[in-house]
Amino acid sequence: MGQKVAMTGNIAVANAMRQINPDVCAAYPITPSTEIMQQFSSFVSDGEVKTVLVPAESEHSAMSACIGAAAAGGRVMTATSSQGLALMWEMLYIAAGNRLPIVLAMANRALSAPINIHGDTSDAMGARDSGWIQLFSENAQEAYDNVIQAIRIAENMEVRLPVMVGMDGFIISHSIESMELLDDQVVRDFIGEYIPNRPLLDVDNPMTYGPLDLQDYYIEHKRQEYEAMKKAKPVILQVAKEFARISGRKYGLFEEYHLDGAEVAIVVLNSAAGTVKTVIDDLRGKGVKAGLLKPRVFRPFPADEIAQALSGVKAVCVMDRADGVNGLSGPLFPEFRSALYDAKQRPLMINKIFGLGGRDLGLQHVRDVFQELLKISETGKIKTLAEYMTVRN
Amino acid sequence: MSGLKNWKEIPTGGVIEEAGNADNYVTGGWRTYKPVLDEQKCIHCLVCWISCPDTAIEVKDEKMTGFNLKHCKGCGVCADVCPKKVQAITMVQEGK
Ligand code: SF4
Ligand code: SF4
Repeated sequence: MGQKVAMTGNIAVANAMRQINPDVCAAYPITPSTEIMQQFSSFVSDGEVKTVLVPAESEHSAMSACIGAAAAGGRVMTATSSQGLALMWEMLYIAAGNRLPIVLAMANRALSAPINIHGDTSDAMGARDSGWIQLFSENAQEAYDNVIQAIRIAENMEVRLPVMVGMDGFIISHSIESMELLDDQVVRDFIGEYIPNRPLLDVDNPMTYGPLDLQDYYIEHKRQEYEAMKKAKPVILQVAKEFARISGRKYGLFEEYHLDGAEVAIVVLNSAAGTVKTVIDDLRGKGVKAGLLKPRVFRPFPADEIAQALSGVKAVCVMDRADGVNGLSGPLFPEFRSALYDAKQRPLMINKIFGLGGRDLGLQHVRDVFQELLKISETGKIKTLAEYMTVRN
Repeated sequence: MSGLKNWKEIPTGGVIEEAGNADNYVTGGWRTYKPVLDEQKCIHCLVCWISCPDTAIEVKDEKMTGFNLKHCKGCGVCADVCPKKVQAITMVQEGK
């Protein structure tokens, strides 16, 4: 079986990439994901992988090179954060629209301005409509596991969409945790050999990538992308099932922590879920029915499953580590609230925008949120629909 | 838009799997003016042939023979480059 190790999230992801041994990796360094490519470039120099490493002059170029390499027929990976992902923005849509199964590891970081290098999910939220599948990870183990599964998800012939895997910048990317690395051979057997779809290097079958697509066919191609994103849901679950067989670790579309029969619940991405779990353990010890829904898959958005899981909960707080700057709420809130619209027993819902730019979320903050939810559950009244927390007022 | 395929029938990713099929893409409909050749005046210098951005000048045995109106967009470059003393091409408004 695997090997127990102590690693940062970044080094864990670099090791997943070493085991995957992609054909091409084009990247540009950016904090806090830099360490992924730094470690991976050592693997390249030491001959541990056969990957062609392309150090590009910007993230826009890095993603462009990834697109070219993937269209040529290679298995392609990259890593980035924050402004880097923002600079890739134009090319992200092209990777997805051209249906290229690129896998991107993302150490989530705040966006400028003001400039900040610490963890929040503003970068990922900016890319949520780009056609990429989005997976999120609470800790180093999940980041490692998600990157390996992402290869299988992206390359599934029903899907063929790129996948980005998030983890919190610094909080996870730079913290050493104990985790398990699978055996190299086990990972290689799991991902299998890459079979490119219509590679440009197949000179016997010449074809055109990226031609102009006007009123007569553009919408048909978007309809195909929509279908692929829909099909990704069962594929993600099937890949998770197979992954459990080699790792013993179970993954779904989201994690439910004491959600069954919960009266109040929090929805939160990434590492903050760990803090919430600690508070839940404490509250459950005192007889309070508190629970957590931690989304793993944000794209495709599993609305039906979410509605089912949260139906019957009296009050739910969706916690956003990003602001949609729409003058109302963070980006997760409208989608979760909309998912609950058709639920049999619709919960009362509030939104908190927290932890921007890496601001700490403490246990007391989470306790306060649960206190507020209990009051809402009791009175049936919401005082404030959405607001900032962990901020000096 | 009859004759067009539905989303299940076309290759994914907007890829065109057939090489050189731009020939089937009829762009002649974009024209408002069409080039008309005066065969008496033409000296077959082929300056129009080398200048046409759509390779729509038809040539046979090194002689200029006319225009491929399936692809000619009526830009008028050929009429412009035809030597001043020759002026064998006139641009005529379509539908007139
Ligand atoms: S009008 Fe323009 S496109 Fe048509 S033949 Fe002349 S140069 Fe070519
Ligand atoms: S440029 Fe004028 S003279 Fe020369 S080949 Fe064309 S039409 Fe004839």
